[in-house]
Amino acid sequence: MELPLTKNIRPGREPLALDGYAQAGGYEGARTAVREMQPKDVQSLVKESNLLGRGGAGFSTGMKWSFVPMDNAAPHPKFLVANADEMEPGTFKDRLLMEDDPHQLIEGMIIAAYAIQADIAYIFLRAEYTLAFTRLAAAIKECYASGYLGKNLFGSHYSLELYLHQSAGRYMCGEETGLLNALEGKRANPRAKPPFPQVSGLWGKPTIVQNVETLCNIPHIVKHGAQWYKSLSLTAESGTKIYGVSGRVNTPGAWELPMGTRMRELLEVHAGGMKAGLKFKGLLPGGASTDFLVEEHLDLPMDFSSIQKAGSRLGTGTMIILDDHTCPVGMVHNLIKFFAQESCGFCTPCHEGLPWTARILRSIEMGEGHMDDLDLLAQHTVMLRPGNTFCALAPGAVEPLQSALKYFREEFVRHIVDKQCPYRKFRASA
Amino acid sequence: MPKLFIDGVMLEAGDHQNLLQAVLSLGLDLPYFCWHPALHSVGACRQCAVKQFKDESDTKGRIVMACMTPATDGARISINDPEARAFRAGVIEWLMTNHPHDCPVCDEGGECHLQDMTLMSGHNYRRFRFPKRTFTNQYLGPFINHEMNRCITCYRCVRFYNDYAGGKDLGAFALRNQVYFGRTEEGTLENEFSGNLIEVCPTGVFTDKTFKSHYTRKWDLQSSPSICQHCSLGCNIAPGERYGVLRRIRNRYHHEINGYFLCDRGRFGYEFVNDAQRIRHAVVRSEERTDDRRMIPHEEALEMLKMLVLTSTHIAAIGSSRASVETNFALKTVADPGSYSSGTGRTERLLVKRCAEALRSSAVRKASIRDIEDADAVVVLGEDLTNTAPRMALAVRQASRARVLAQASKLGIPHWNDAAVRALEQDHKGPICIATVSHTKLDEIATHVSTGTADEIARMAWGASSMLDTSVAIVSDLSEESRRTAEAIAALLLHAERPVIIAGTSQKSETVIDAASALARACGAAAKKAGLAFVLPECNSMSAAFIDGVPVEEVASASAQKDLLILCEIDLYRLMNPTEVEQFLTGFRHVVVLDHTQTRTTEKADLVLPVASFAEGSGTLINNEGRAQRFFSVFPAADDMAESWRWIAGGLSVRTPDRMRPWNTLDDILRSIASAVPELSAIVRSAPGAGFTVEGLKIPRQTPGSSGRTAVRAHQTIHEWKPPVDIDSPLAYSMEGFQGQPPPSLTPFVWAPGWNSVQALTKYQTVAGGPLIGGSPGVKLLTEQTARTQASTAIPPKFIRRPDEYLTVFLHHIFGSEELSARAPGIRERSEAPYLGVSAEDAARLDLQPGALLTIEPSSGTGLALRLPCAIVPGLVSGVIGVPVGLAGLEMLHLQSPEWMKLRKDA
Repeated sequence: MELPLTKNIRPGREPLALDGYAQAGGYEGARTAVREMQPKDVQSLVKESNLLGRGGAGFSTGMKWSFVPMDNAAPHPKFLVANADEMEPGTFKDRLLMEDDPHQLIEGMIIAAYAIQADIAYIFLRAEYTLAFTRLAAAIKECYASGYLGKNLFGSHYSLELYLHQSAGRYMCGEETGLLNALEGKRANPRAKPPFPQVSGLWGKPTIVQNVETLCNIPHIVKHGAQWYKSLSLTAESGTKIYGVSGRVNTPGAWELPMGTRMRELLEVHAGGMKAGLKFKGLLPGGASTDFLVEEHLDLPMDFSSIQKAGSRLGTGTMIILDDHTCPVGMVHNLIKFFAQESCGFCTPCHEGLPWTARILRSIEMGEGHMDDLDLLAQHTVMLRPGNTFCALAPGAVEPLQSALKYFREEFVRHIVDKQCPYRKFRASA
Repeated sequence: MPKLFIDGVMLEAGDHQNLLQAVLSLGLDLPYFCWHPALHSVGACRQCAVKQFKDESDTKGRIVMACMTPATDGARISINDPEARAFRAGVIEWLMTNHPHDCPVCDEGGECHLQDMTLMSGHNYRRFRFPKRTFTNQYLGPFINHEMNRCITCYRCVRFYNDYAGGKDLGAFALRNQVYFGRTEEGTLENEFSGNLIEVCPTGVFTDKTFKSHYTRKWDLQSSPSICQHCSLGCNIAPGERYGVLRRIRNRYHHEINGYFLCDRGRFGYEFVNDAQRIRHAVVRSEERTDDRRMIPHEEALEMLKMLVLTSTHIAAIGSSRASVETNFALKTVADPGSYSSGTGRTERLLVKRCAEALRSSAVRKASIRDIEDADAVVVLGEDLTNTAPRMALAVRQASRARVLAQASKLGIPHWNDAAVRALEQDHKGPICIATVSHTKLDEIATHVSTGTADEIARMAWGASSMLDTSVAIVSDLSEESRRTAEAIAALLLHAERPVIIAGTSQKSETVIDAASALARACGAAAKKAGLAFVLPECNSMSAAFIDGVPVEEVASASAQKDLLILCEIDLYRLMNPTEVEQFLTGFRHVVVLDHTQTRTTEKADLVLPVASFAEGSGTLINNEGRAQRFFSVFPAADDMAESWRWIAGGLSVRTPDRMRPWNTLDDILRSIASAVPELSAIVRSAPGAGFTVEGLKIPRQTPGSSGRTAVRAHQTIHEWKPPVDIDSPLAYSMEGFQGQPPPSLTPFVWAPGWNSVQALTKYQTVAGGPLIGGSPGVKLLTEQTARTQASTAIPPKFIRRPDEYLTVFLHHIFGSEELSARAPGIRERSEAPYLGVSAEDAARLDLQPGALLTIEPSSGTGLALRLPCAIVPGLVSGVIGVPVGLAGLEMLHLQSPEWMKLRKDA
């Protein structure tokens, strides 16, 4: 089994410096792309590889790039932004990649930037990722010193400046356009699409915003080709994926595995199964803003299309496990409270709907709920659907709620009827 | 024209509209908050949700925000779709979770867009059972009251204040349902257009503090269509009154002038009408001109005036640029030939004539504010627009986006997609060149900025003209900076489709005006006909171009026998220094002063006649572009007050009964004006005459909801009293009359069923955000004609600074420079203390710290010395001294034009 993304990563070891990374075959992809390939060819290659965005939406990366104006009249500077604002609860895959192999991200960015002929690249890094900051900063410095960044990369005519930007910290900054506003020094409110960032992005110029994991795949695609990349996967969706499991399992963590690895394998083999005395009850497959899946779904392959068919989303591919001693209402309340707190305050459904939903859930969890509240909650899951809100934050936020109301409705009712949380007895042992 | 299917009915929308604008323009109702016709769409509030269907076979459809969806041909939408209705009701329910139920005690109650939209959306029963969010409010200065608990987070305030008006001190802070719109700390909102927040805010977060101090409900206000009196632009206003107190000013939409917005001087300057210094009764002074004065009744005063007119062998009259056309015409009629002055000194009179002459030229376009807003290149010469014609400055700000809008079109971004256009815009500066005596607030949006004396600005403009038109003489010894600016201007104008050149009288220099006119003509010769706009000193300065008189100084000399002098709405002390005024006045046997407010001039009068202000009288003003506009009394003149022209008409009746038919009504005098002054013949058309009715009914000044009309005087009589009769206009001091939409020039307030806020305006427009149904009020008087005099081609000499002398330049302030508004307490609070402006270079050379006392004295030796603290004014060139115009204490220094000054600093 080939695992290109983590091949340089050894737990407990410092990441490879430029020399080591290069010795391990690093920057070959970048050198090839910049010196031997036309930008359009890099775009076609990535499109052919069927690399799907790893940030959660699963959109074809090559397709995304193809919307960037490439003719001579195209506005400049063009920008490439690595979205390293990994704020999705339960998600820690990009952190692994940045902390333990920073050069891989930089190489991916050089190729992506070259493919769209970007002049300037940014890494928009989550505020709390201080170790990643230190290691990325060191790697960038090495690159500038060796001519891998800056003027005339690898002796070519192509130049690229790369800046590492540490976010001031808000969930909203991880949203593609909110990130652009934040990078411009403005409130991290999202922007309406269209126009898409490819046409008018950072400072009104053509911009590609790409997730860290997505970018890390690119050097390997250039080096080994699209067919090789497709062959890594177990399903029609190419490549490998960094999967993660958190919750009360024996060995929580993150692993690179072929795309389409089954959930049960992740849970039982890699995460070591549930902790003693606990039973699996449900899971959020890809971070906090995806719908719950339950026992019957465990044999599904973890890829974008399979999970979507089951009524949820692959999202970031990092599962959060709910066990039978944890209150689903409490869990949903915890998540909604987070999203309500992180609402940027731009559109009404989000800035008023989410805090209200959080209040209702809290009151149910406290044993102060009304039966009518269930209708109100259900109504919110409908009213906060995509299109009704300005961006994807609120629709994502209500995904765990709507599926919890579907799979765990009786638990909500019990809270209201008993006027207390039935899971209180487990709390001391938790 | 795209065809839309709205709830199954095919309707035609305008081009380039979004669905919300299209729906509203078609006269349909759809609730909204964050969209504003001038601020466009951002999609924040989600209130205007409708269902859109892909095609005829699509029965499911999807919810879209009308404001963010283009109205494309064949679009199928439903406003009444149950899901869309439920969603809209849900949005209101969300907004109401934190909105206080304080409507009965809220200033906005009764004209609240949120109230209207709540009713329209159908949300009425509260399900939110948790505590509401509360905020701490801020002190925001004398104009605006802040009540953040009412906020529904539509972002209109910051979008207007920052994005549209260039404000810097209002922000959106914090997140979720706790977004706070305010300043980083308490303090006065600094932007000159802050008052518009009152109308932009869809609920009661930002309300009118001056109104609050004498609050009344909207429906109890008596209003009239009126014209702002505080600068030369003629913005349309809707003042509101109750119980004889003028309560507030609201914007009255004029598509070509003010649009949706007023400046703070115009909105808050009105309180001079309520001033304790108002003259309410006639006052006669003893024969010996002592301090012995006595009040006399109206009839006696009129008899006295008649007697003076009858017994005087010679009558001299001085009118005013702040008095109506009617008043000035009446004065000119009463005066002996050659003894009428329009109330301006030699220079100002000349400047106004030059401006009018230039605008009459067929080689230029007369640029309205709308034209400036739509311009793709603007050149500002010598005017600090933010302070001399604020609403025009706001238009220049919008013009600075021309390039970005063009780019947006190229990228397929609709202009109404405001956030997307702003993202494209960033801090790109517009195609704007500004040359002024000091740095101005607009410099931040300009591509080229230079400063210099008025003559240097003129030379630079001549330089630019010569680059555009080879027939213009080359300015040989242009400074390096001026040459660069001239080249930039020439390049800008050459490539512009709709250029506008702006100049004005603020530097009291004809060279700038001549050079600006020449530049506009050169532009027409080289490329496209340029728009030309001038800023004049006061609200009716332009009328002097039609009703000409002699300069004020010459009134005394022209009068062989100094017998009777009539001064009308003018304070001579703002024109001459005290010694000169006293010399001037004592020469006359009788001095009659008509004014609405006490001034030092009224104190010198033998007879003072109380005059109705714009709020109590009607008349016509001619704005800077030569547009005559009628203002109508808001409420009947109380006590013995009457319009100046009416007093004069009364006095005149004894002297020359044969020269005209008696002027009993406004229409009478307007007819006389039209026949006496051919160029003013169209003035009668600036608004319908008093005989105008709709369906046989007059237009009510009061709302249909006017409350307690029989209860107000119940302590006197329980019977309804007869409303005062208005013989001058088609408006009635009543709630009775025509209840539909009157013609735009007669619209006192806007209202439509279900639309109680200012947003009802949409129902009065041909297109939401477009011209009013019935056309823009007013009539343009300056007709194209061949120049009466050859346009000046004199290029002024280079400015050479003198070792110990300083040339005056004039500095203007939105708050304090204008006479009437400066009497309003709020404006007074915002006014600067008097100072003398020095350049940074001179301050360093003379070792002057800000605040150091300076004495200046005209080098000519004629005139008074003035001692004031100095201020360092950015951009002033070395060798000049900046004199703020009109600030209290500076009237002593009367300069008609730039003069050399000796300067002395305190030891």
